[in-house]
Amino acid sequence: MASAPGVIESIIRNKLQTGLEAKHLDVINESYMHNVPKGAETHFKVVVVSDKFDGLTLIKRHRLVNDILKEELKSGVHALSIEAKTPAQWEASDKVVESSPNCRGGFGK
Amino acid sequence: MNLLFRRSFVPINKAFQLSYRSFAEAGIKEKIDSIVKNNKVVVFMKGVPDAPRCGFSNAVVQIMRMHAVPYDSHDVLADENLRQGIKDYSNWPTIPQVFINGEFVGGCDIMLQMHQSGELIEELKKVGIKSALLTAEEAKKEEQK
Repeated sequence: MASAPGVIESIIRNKLQTGLEAKHLDVINESYMHNVPKGAETHFKVVVVSDKFDGLTLIKRHRLVNDILKEELKSGVHALSIEAKTPAQWEASDKVVESSPNCRGGFGK
Repeated sequence: MNLLFRRSFVPINKAFQLSYRSFAEAGIKEKIDSIVKNNKVVVFMKGVPDAPRCGFSNAVVQIMRMHAVPYDSHDVLADENLRQGIKDYSNWPTIPQVFINGEFVGGCDIMLQMHQSGELIEELKKVGIKSALLTAEEAKKEEQK
């Protein structure tokens, strides 16, 4: 896990940082948990904390993130797990990021 | 001669496949429309509830099971048209997708958070489904009386 961040990972990080003026941002490449080649960038989890989520329902927050990453989702990013919180929610949370559920081998089939 | 024969045939065959495909695509929106409007709860997933083929789909199945929700499920891996069609229909890029009362509710993350916050029990109540978790809670309270 100590390897340098991939190209897509960096793009996702930059886009979310700029697009949402994120106060906290985790971009986790979870591709290794899935049936894809080593070093693949297909499955991601993002934790975004932003003032822009204030007053938005969960689904609207997720749509905002999906929309910023539209290109990536179209071209290779296959799973995107999203935690979208306002700064107040983030402060009140335990700040622990749970990993996504285990793969069950459906990829590419 | 044989080669010539084949060559002349392949494009016709392809053209037929192409027109057939676009015909199917044109109907997919209506098909999804009728699926989500005729069932209170619908899950579009990878695999089937007894054998989900993706961890995110499995998580949604487990949540539904906990609440004992009757739902209609559709395997997008069995139908490429549906796999793309459902993403276009809800303008949502990933699978699974959950619909309640014809409305797109969310994917795995949202279902999980709605389950944790208790919001799911409320949403189910609105469409006349009583969550098993609520029933269990009431039974517990009754015992304590």
